[in-house]
Amino acid sequence: MKSLERLTLAHLWVAFAAFTVACFFGVWQMWARSPLPAPFATPDHYFLSVTAHGVSMAFVLTTFFIMGFGYFTAETALERPLPGKAWAWLGFILALAGTLMATAAILSGRASVLYTFYPPLTGSPIFYLGLVLVVAGSWVWCVLMIVAMTQWKRANPGAPVPLAMYATVANAVMWLWTTAGVTAEILFIILPASMGWVDTVDVGLTRTLFSWTLHPIVYFWLFPAYIAFYTMAPQAAGGRLYSDTLGRLSFVLLLLYSLPVGMHHLFMDPEQSTGFKFVQMMLTILVSVPTLLTVFTIAASMEIAGRLRGGRGLFGWIPALPWERPMMLATGLSFVMLFFGGGGGLVNMGYGLNALIHNTSWVTAHFHLIFGGAVVIMYFAIAYEIWPRLTGREVVSTGAQRIQLWLWFVGMMVMSLPWHWLGLQGQWRRVAQFDYSNPIIAAWGPWVIVSLVGGVLLLASALLFIWNLASFRRRPFGAMAPFRFAVAVHPPTRVPAALNGFGLWNVLVLFLMVAAYGWPIAQFFVLGAPQAVVHRVDRGG
Amino acid sequence: MAASEEDILRSELRWSMVVGAAVTLIFAAILYAGLVLHVNPPSNIETIDPKTLHLSAEFTESNLGTKVEAGGQVTTRIVATQFAFDPQCVVVPSNEPVTLRLTSPDVIHGILVTGTNVNTMVIPGYVSQVHTVFTKTGDLLMPCHEFCGFGHSQMWATVRVVPRESFRPDADGRAACEKS
Repeated sequence: MKSLERLTLAHLWVAFAAFTVACFFGVWQMWARSPLPAPFATPDHYFLSVTAHGVSMAFVLTTFFIMGFGYFTAETALERPLPGKAWAWLGFILALAGTLMATAAILSGRASVLYTFYPPLTGSPIFYLGLVLVVAGSWVWCVLMIVAMTQWKRANPGAPVPLAMYATVANAVMWLWTTAGVTAEILFIILPASMGWVDTVDVGLTRTLFSWTLHPIVYFWLFPAYIAFYTMAPQAAGGRLYSDTLGRLSFVLLLLYSLPVGMHHLFMDPEQSTGFKFVQMMLTILVSVPTLLTVFTIAASMEIAGRLRGGRGLFGWIPALPWERPMMLATGLSFVMLFFGGGGGLVNMGYGLNALIHNTSWVTAHFHLIFGGAVVIMYFAIAYEIWPRLTGREVVSTGAQRIQLWLWFVGMMVMSLPWHWLGLQGQWRRVAQFDYSNPIIAAWGPWVIVSLVGGVLLLASALLFIWNLASFRRRPFGAMAPFRFAVAVHPPTRVPAALNGFGLWNVLVLFLMVAAYGWPIAQFFVLGAPQAVVHRVDRGG
Repeated sequence: MAASEEDILRSELRWSMVVGAAVTLIFAAILYAGLVLHVNPPSNIETIDPKTLHLSAEFTESNLGTKVEAGGQVTTRIVATQFAFDPQCVVVPSNEPVTLRLTSPDVIHGILVTGTNVNTMVIPGYVSQVHTVFTKTGDLLMPCHEFCGFGHSQMWATVRVVPRESFRPDADGRAACEKS
C-alpha cells in the first residue's frame, strides 16, 4: 500500500470507528428518554453517554475524516506528492493520543460535562488536555494544506488552484480562525479551573468564547460535503460542474460568513446586548447565501448531466440521472435533508423567533438533520467513492451501499421530524429521563417512541456502512485509474487572484471578527462581572 | 440547455437576484418583529454576585416569588439552583404584563415555559429578565433546559397562571401558590 493511501485510511478508520461507537450511545440515549424501560438508565450514565456521543461525533468523526479526506484531496487534486507526510503522521498521533485521553476521562465518568463544556461545571483535566491535542493535530493538517497549495502555486504560476483543493484550504484557513475561541476558553479559563489553580470563572466570557467556535465548527464539518457536491457529484452524474467560479465564491463566502455569527447561539443569554445579537443575526442571514448558490450550481450541473443522458422537459432530467450510483443518490438525499434542516435553521437564527425553540428538541433535530443527515451521508458517499482508490479493490455491486444510504436517510427523517414537533411543544434538551406521569409530558411519549425507531434504523445503517467498507477486502484487485475530480463546463484558465488565494479574505475575516466580537469579548474586562465558583463533576459536584 | 459562458453568467446573476430578494425578505421580517412588535431576546447586561446572592436585597429568600410592585407592575423573582427552583411554584395573573427575573448562585441553568415564548438562559453573575403576557390559564411546566449537573432532569417548577380576578396578592403585594 502506498503512503498516501495508508495515511488516509488510518484517519478514516479512526473517524468511522468513533462514529459507530457513538451511534450505539445515541440509540441508548433515545431509549432512556422514552417511556420504554431502558437498562442502565441512571443520570450519570446518561450524561456520560451524551458526552461520549457528542465528542465522538462532533470532534473525532469530523476532525479525522476531514484530515484524511484533505490529505487525499491534496495529493489527487494537485497531482503531486503531499509535502511533509511525516508531519501528517505526527498530527495523526497527536489527535489519536488526545482522543484516547478524552475517551479514558469520559468512560471513567470524570468528564460528564457534555462536548460543549458548560463551565463553571468542570471535569478532569485529562479530558480537556485530550481535546487540545486533537485540535493541535488538526492544526498540523491546516498548515500542511496551506503549504501544499502554496508549493503547487509556485510550481504552476498563474494557474487556478483546482477547486477541490481551493475549498480544502478554505476550510483549513477557516478552522484556524474557528479554533481560536475554544482554545482560548480551554487554555486560559477551563484548564486552570480544572487543575485547581483558580476557584472561580467568568461564565459570560467562557460562553462568548465558545460561541466564537460554535458556529464555524459546523461549517468545518460541512465543507467535505460541499466539496463532494462541487467536485464529485457532477462527475458521478456523468456531467460537468456548471461553474467553477461560483464554486470558489461560495467557499470564500462560507469562510467569511460562518465566523462572525456565533452569537446567535447566545440569543437567550443575559450577558450580551441586543445590539451585537442583532449585528450577528444579520451576518447569520448572509451565511445562507453560499448555500443557496451551491443549491443552484449543483442543480444546474445535474440538469446538464440529466439532459446529456436523454432527459427531456422541465423536470424530465431528474429521473434520467444515474441514481444507482451512491454519490448521485447521496447528493439527492442530502439535498432533501438540507431543505428541511435549512428551513428549521431559519427559525433558529430568527432573532426573536429563537425564544420559541431555544434549548428544545427542535435544535437537536436541526443539527442532527443538517450535520448527521445532509453532511454525514456525504461522508459515506465520499468513502464509497474513494475506497476503491484507497484499497486498490474494485466495486462489484453498489446494492448494499444504496440500501445503507436509504436506511440512513429514512432513519434520520423518522428520528428528527418528531423531534422538531416535540421541540415546538416545549420538550427541552439534555434530559436523562422524562416524568411521563405528567400529562403534558405523557402526550409526547408516542412521538418519542417514533423517533427511537428512527434511531434504530440509523444504527442499522451505520453497521451496514462498516460492513460495506470491510467487504472491500473480499473484492478483486482492480487497475488503479487515477482519481478524477469533476471538471467545469468551461474550465477556468485564469481566475482573479482573490479567488486563487486567501490573503484578501483573511483581512476581511479579521475586520468582521473585530467588529462582531471585539466589544462583546472586551466588555468582560471592563464590566468586571462577578465570577462563579467552579463545580467539579468528577468529585461528586 | 444553452451553456455558453455568457448564458451561465446570466443565469447565475438571475439566481443571485432571487437569493438577494430572499435574504432581504427574511431580514425585513426580523426587523419588523424587532422594531415594530418589540420582539427582542433577553439582553439586559445586569450583573449580580452569585456568591452572595442570599445577602442581596433582591434575591433573598423572603423576596422570591410574585410581587405586585408599587407601580402595579407584576414581577416574579426566581432563583435557579442545583437542582431546584426557588420557589418551586409561582402564581401569575393572565393577560397582564409580567416580568420574570431569574439568577443562579451556582452553575448555568436556563428556563422555558411550555406553550409560551418565555425562554432565557440563567447565567451565574447575571440577572436574566423576560417580559411576557401569559394568555392561557392553568399550570405550565417550567423546566431547567440547560445541563447543570446529574440532577438536571429533576429540576423543574410550575407557573400557575390564574385569571386576573382570582389573582389576589396580600397586603405586601405578594402572591404565592396555595399549598396543595
